[in-house]
Amino acid sequence: IKMVFRSEEMCLAQLFLQSGSEYDCISELGELGLVEFRDLNPSVSSFQRRFVSEIKRCEEMERILGFLLREIQKAKIAVPQEDESPLAPPPRQVLEIMEQLQRLEMELSEVAKNKDKLQRNLLELTEYTHMLKITRTFIHSRSRKTRRGPNLISPGCSFISGLIQRVKVEAFERMLWRVCKGYTILSYTEVDESLADLDTGEISKSVVFLISFWGDQIGHKVQKICDCYHCHLYPHPENDEERADVLDSLRTRIQDLNNVLHRTDDYLRQVLQKAAESAYTWVVQVKKMKAIYHILNLCSFDVTNKCLIAEVWCPVSDLANLRGALEKGSRKGDATVPSFVNRIPSSDTPPTLLRSNKFTTGFQSIVEAYGVGDYREVSPAPYTIITFPFLFAVMFGDLGHGVIMSLFALWMVLTEKNQKKKRSSNEIWMTFFHGRYIILMMGLFSIYTGLIYNDCFSKSLNIFGSGWSVKAMFTNQQWTNKTVQTNALLTLDPNVSGVFSGPYPFGIDPIWNLAVNRLSFLNSYKMKMSVIVGVIHMSFGVVLSVFNHLHFRQKFSVYLLFLPELLFLICLFGYLVFMILYKWLAFSARNSSQAPSILIHFINMFVMQGKDVTPLYPGQTGLQVFLLLIAVMCVPVLLLGKPLYLYWQQRGGKGLRRRRFPGSPQGYERVRRVSEDDGSITSIHEEDEEEGFDEVTSREAPKQFDFADVLLHQAIHTIEFCLGCISNTASYLRLWALSLAHAQLSEVLWAMVMRLGFKVTTKVGVVFLVPVFGLFAMLTVSILLVMEGLSAFLHALRLHWVEFQNKFYHGTGVKFLPFDFSQLPSVFEQDGLL
Amino acid sequence: MPSLLFCGPKMAACGMVISIWGVIMLGMLGIFFSTNSAVLIEDVPFTEEDIWEDKQPPQRIYALYRQVGINCFIAAAIYVAVGAISLCQVRLNKRQEYMVT
Repeated sequence: IKMVFRSEEMCLAQLFLQSGSEYDCISELGELGLVEFRDLNPSVSSFQRRFVSEIKRCEEMERILGFLLREIQKAKIAVPQEDESPLAPPPRQVLEIMEQLQRLEMELSEVAKNKDKLQRNLLELTEYTHMLKITRTFIHSRSRKTRRGPNLISPGCSFISGLIQRVKVEAFERMLWRVCKGYTILSYTEVDESLADLDTGEISKSVVFLISFWGDQIGHKVQKICDCYHCHLYPHPENDEERADVLDSLRTRIQDLNNVLHRTDDYLRQVLQKAAESAYTWVVQVKKMKAIYHILNLCSFDVTNKCLIAEVWCPVSDLANLRGALEKGSRKGDATVPSFVNRIPSSDTPPTLLRSNKFTTGFQSIVEAYGVGDYREVSPAPYTIITFPFLFAVMFGDLGHGVIMSLFALWMVLTEKNQKKKRSSNEIWMTFFHGRYIILMMGLFSIYTGLIYNDCFSKSLNIFGSGWSVKAMFTNQQWTNKTVQTNALLTLDPNVSGVFSGPYPFGIDPIWNLAVNRLSFLNSYKMKMSVIVGVIHMSFGVVLSVFNHLHFRQKFSVYLLFLPELLFLICLFGYLVFMILYKWLAFSARNSSQAPSILIHFINMFVMQGKDVTPLYPGQTGLQVFLLLIAVMCVPVLLLGKPLYLYWQQRGGKGLRRRRFPGSPQGYERVRRVSEDDGSITSIHEEDEEEGFDEVTSREAPKQFDFADVLLHQAIHTIEFCLGCISNTASYLRLWALSLAHAQLSEVLWAMVMRLGFKVTTKVGVVFLVPVFGLFAMLTVSILLVMEGLSAFLHALRLHWVEFQNKFYHGTGVKFLPFDFSQLPSVFEQDGLL
Repeated sequence: MPSLLFCGPKMAACGMVISIWGVIMLGMLGIFFSTNSAVLIEDVPFTEEDIWEDKQPPQRIYALYRQVGINCFIAAAIYVAVGAISLCQVRLNKRQEYMVT
């Protein structure tokens, strides 16, 4: 595990890319992911940039690829993904790929069009078949009925037949009646099969109708009405033989059409299968190409030198790799002169880079969720690896739950290669998966605190043998059988010999699980433990600020900021911790009734009244007054020390401010395009880089020192720190509160669920225990593991972000985002197409 | 032969996990009940007469402990069966996955 104390040293570098090889050089850099490019043309809009046409071409290819992937997905063909990511293609290969894609697109759209036409045809033929069959029944049924009204088949009548949508039939009938007034007869029946309407794609019921009418004028009117209602009209056969002939021919045609459609489908599938083989490669290649052109757009063209200039942020330790990458790119490209890199000075704040491996990435990300550290600030991440799971475990503290959590995390860790390949789209699962190492650590620490609290699914484990003995109360004649019969509750007296034989070797004695006054014992213990842990955590945070002060060359801050802060914290709350420990050590079972309340003594210390209370130890009042005086004196030092020192320094001191400090505004001059001679002067040693100082800016007048601003900022800091000490110490009591809640929930779950399973003792009732245990398991996972786990996670995180980090961490930096192909998001993956 | 598959892959995996957990936990509970662990006294269904009307105390309570312990072992055995069924389901699901793709 590589521990990163502070972020890496970065430098600004200029890359001179020769015009033949710039594409290959950037491709190399993208593969390695070393540097972050800066935009050298911020005022130019995206349409005016140099490589706009190439990007447009890439976007066109992406559009075609999107269409292709959607078709492949519709046909349910899997796209094989390779492990090795293909490199970006050289520009000459680009046209080839473009041509292939365009050809595929044309082919696919043609096949789709043909298929559409064939399906339309098929629908027409199907409708015609239905119509013929149904009108046959009309004619034959009508011919039998000779009762009333004009006969359907009287001489001289003509027929119009077709299909209409079911929903329109009533309106159609009414319209016919109104217009033709009885000179038409309409008969209709619904078709059994619901047909798809090709234009809208919806499947609806249709109705076959047959209109018989007399006269041509009526015929025209009927025709017009049919057109209105979007009916599909088909010619009505004269007699049965013709009908039979037409039906036969229709049947064969439908069969042929189905064949052709099948073959078209097969051909389409073949084309898509072939395309799917190379689809992944194309997607990656186009993505890389587009990224390279985007980066090339950020560079500026040096017309005189015929090369491209790029400005990058690069970690100092990676400069050698950068040179190597440029050489490799130049060799691949066509240029005669190799590209090279030149380090330049800068007064801009570089971005923050903290390297991490798969284990530390999780912890790094939860620190960065609060804020990315300032450049070269001390990072709290390495300590978070231990303190965060520990504080979580203090609040979670159950052996059984810890074991389950650890096993779950272990499973995720051991199968991580498979999970990474699967790349699930479920966001909640991905969140858990990314935090698998955090969960593993939390589980392991929970096992430890579970052993200390002696709590396993709310039951205690008696591993070493309890230190309390009930039998001794009987042998010493304290209790008799009568005492047991007449009293519901009895108290074990540790002063009686033999009752208490010594503390339990590791953790809380298991007898407390059977005691009624268990909570008052545990509450006192957990509250004091929380305060002790809190004061240690906060002191550690204050101590870390020393490293920041020393690094940023603010030695005065060590005396004027760190020392008063630490003294204030230690004199007040460190003394509280001392009193807690003293009371634990000085009082035993014999004189426990005389043990005073720590809280009363602490309050008396502030109010300076303690005459009538017996002191804890000789000399207590004197020591307390002394500590209180020191703490009170620290406040004005903290409030006024730094502003006065800076004021003095500015007036009579060095004259030049050495380094900026947070809170006062400062303008940053951009040092761009430094010419060659300056470049050689500033082959730089560390201090100037970090000070952000340069020959150029040193000649200018220092910025105006605003005393009021600094004083205000310092006053806010003092109030925040002093009041914060009290509130933050109290805030750590949540460690007690959450562990109490967890223990109680666990106990309630056992008593209300598991116990029901044990109470049943009949022969058949045994089986009841099986579903009871299943219910217990599910509730344990959902309530105690997921809900309580998330709650404890959140509170531990808050303790880190607020109580710990506000003692030393600023977190106002910018994260280093290198140009890396593997970090680029893929549009297709987001759409779920790949 | 009709398909013996009646639950999906996730449900079968859940079944496996709960079965393994059940076997281990109920087994251990059975052992602790059989050794008359004091911490589990609240879970044993004893009544007032078991305490006061016992000729040889605490044999009746011990008998109850033993009975609950045997109950736990029986439940653990049932969970072994449930685990076996879940394992079959998991295997059948995997086989079906191979056949479809």
